[in-house]
Amino acid sequence: MATRSTDIARVKPPSRWRLFLGSLSGAGAVVLRDPYALIGTSVYLVFVLIAIFADRLAPYDPLEILFTPDGNLAADLTPSAAHPLGTTNLGRDIYSQLLYGTRSALLVGVTAAFFVVAIGTVVGLVAGYFGGWVDTVLMRLADIAFGIPFLPFVIVLAAFLEPSVWNVVLAMALILWRDTGRVIRSQVLTVRERSFIEAARVSGSSTPRIIFLHIAPNILPLSFLYGSIAVGWAILTEASISFLGFGDANVISWGYMLQDAFVSQALSRGAYYWFVPPGLAIVLVVVAGFFISRGYEELLFPRLTEE
Amino acid sequence: MAGLTRITSRLAQMLFVLWAVATILFFIFRLAPGTPLAAYIEPTFTEEQQQALLQRFGLDKPLYVQYGIYLRNLVRGDLGDSFTLNDSVASVIGDVFPYTIALTLISLLVAYLIGVLMGAVLAWKRGTWLEGWSIPLVLTTRAAPEFWLGMLLMALLSFNLGWFPAGGAVSAGAEFSSEWARFFSLDFLKHLFLPALTLAIYLHGLPLLLMRSNMLEVMQEDFVTMARMKGLSSWTIMVRHAARNALLPVATAFALGIGYSIGGNVVIETVFSWPGLGRMLVRAVAANDYPLAQGAFLVIAAVMILMNFVADLLYSSLDPRVSSGHAKH
Repeated sequence: MATRSTDIARVKPPSRWRLFLGSLSGAGAVVLRDPYALIGTSVYLVFVLIAIFADRLAPYDPLEILFTPDGNLAADLTPSAAHPLGTTNLGRDIYSQLLYGTRSALLVGVTAAFFVVAIGTVVGLVAGYFGGWVDTVLMRLADIAFGIPFLPFVIVLAAFLEPSVWNVVLAMALILWRDTGRVIRSQVLTVRERSFIEAARVSGSSTPRIIFLHIAPNILPLSFLYGSIAVGWAILTEASISFLGFGDANVISWGYMLQDAFVSQALSRGAYYWFVPPGLAIVLVVVAGFFISRGYEELLFPRLTEE
Repeated sequence: MAGLTRITSRLAQMLFVLWAVATILFFIFRLAPGTPLAAYIEPTFTEEQQQALLQRFGLDKPLYVQYGIYLRNLVRGDLGDSFTLNDSVASVIGDVFPYTIALTLISLLVAYLIGVLMGAVLAWKRGTWLEGWSIPLVLTTRAAPEFWLGMLLMALLSFNLGWFPAGGAVSAGAEFSSEWARFFSLDFLKHLFLPALTLAIYLHGLPLLLMRSNMLEVMQEDFVTMARMKGLSSWTIMVRHAARNALLPVATAFALGIGYSIGGNVVIETVFSWPGLGRMLVRAVAANDYPLAQGAFLVIAAVMILMNFVADLLYSSLDPRVSSGHAKH
């Protein structure tokens, strides 16, 4: 990576796209080579497809109150052909809820991860490249963010804002950029000392150009790593917040399903078909993120694989 | 002397963060819907109560004066009165805090004991089927929402098998001769078991993975090769040399873990109706009990900031490779 960038810097200004595509194809190669990353990516793909086609896959509207053919409320039905995962105590189809839950999980997960990583990467790049008072201010901000307990913060935020899945995204963007920011910063500190950066500086490249065209491509794999973990974090947080009752009751999410099951005494009734599937879905998505990040780790720290 | 300057500067940094977090909280709670009084005064309070609180927090004065009074009261430990519990916030928090500490410490101790041992074993058994199966399993426990783990254990061990109570900290109507007797009674321990087990399962992954990767790293180092060449048994090398050196970062993680768990316990305490700080925060927010919510948040934040500080000191004092000077250029 380093040698190739050196050549580019010496010969001619690199095209943005070439650098961007270069880091993307690097990411693609990891996925194909590492079995864990391959499994992780496949799981994600399946969930994305379910999210897109949820309205066609789901046999019922997830919030619709259903009735049996003889006119009774279809409440607390155990799994059957008509209701693969049974129904809730209010006669809603659990399987349909599970499918629809994929949507809010992925939406929250991907958006939150994007903001966390984007903010963290920019902060890390700017702090690491400029140093001095800019670095001091940004790193003190990171210290403060490290001093705010995350889940309690989301809860307090929920108290003052309308219940919405976006509260989780907002809270993550406000707080969790700190980890990415610190790591990217220390990475930038080493990259900026390399000769090709010096060459770009001497040849008169502008500062934004150096930061985003010469340094950023070397940082992107690390950002991807944090991104694939952040998606899982966001989904877990959204689930916790919904479970605590601070979510949006009109949006079906896996956390909402678990809360619904919990307060409806599904545990004491042994209605495992109700509260096991949403948890398993969360585990699957988050583990998939871990597996993908494991693949990136081997790209980032190749020493581990040589043992 | 370099060590002392480092401690002083870290201490200053800690106080700065504490102040910043308290300030952010002040402004968030001033955004409370309604009048600025809404953060401290409930409409159902009597006229005299309202006047007294108005005086105590200077709520009729300009914002910057209120802020000054807020900071002064904070330093004195005065967090206002709870809207819902008819008591001062400080005393309510004092009552529930021991429950949170008990739960956090027990589960962290169990998690780190098991995690460190398993991590060391997995590093030693690198490349075997044991490792191949354990690592994904451990990752799964880190990926599972902790409240869901708690729900599974509760459904299985409490409702289905009836081995443990499903919630609370002591049985209804139980009486104890003193607070100490309560915390060491069999009844209390039975109630503690499930939430602590849930947290321990959730938390053990970090020390396990840390210990394993540290061990792998240490085992590459010269002094381990040296020990091997001297003909020491693998057991001696593992325990006396590799494990001891690999433990340092784990100790730091433990200190950090105390801080993070106290904030993260919120959900577990709610699932098991554990009368701790986290559940208190959730109930306060749900009931718009602003002073109590603010106080609970501040205490959780203060513990976390303090533990960040302790971890930082531990890290630099345990690991001689960390120099006290900043790597600046």
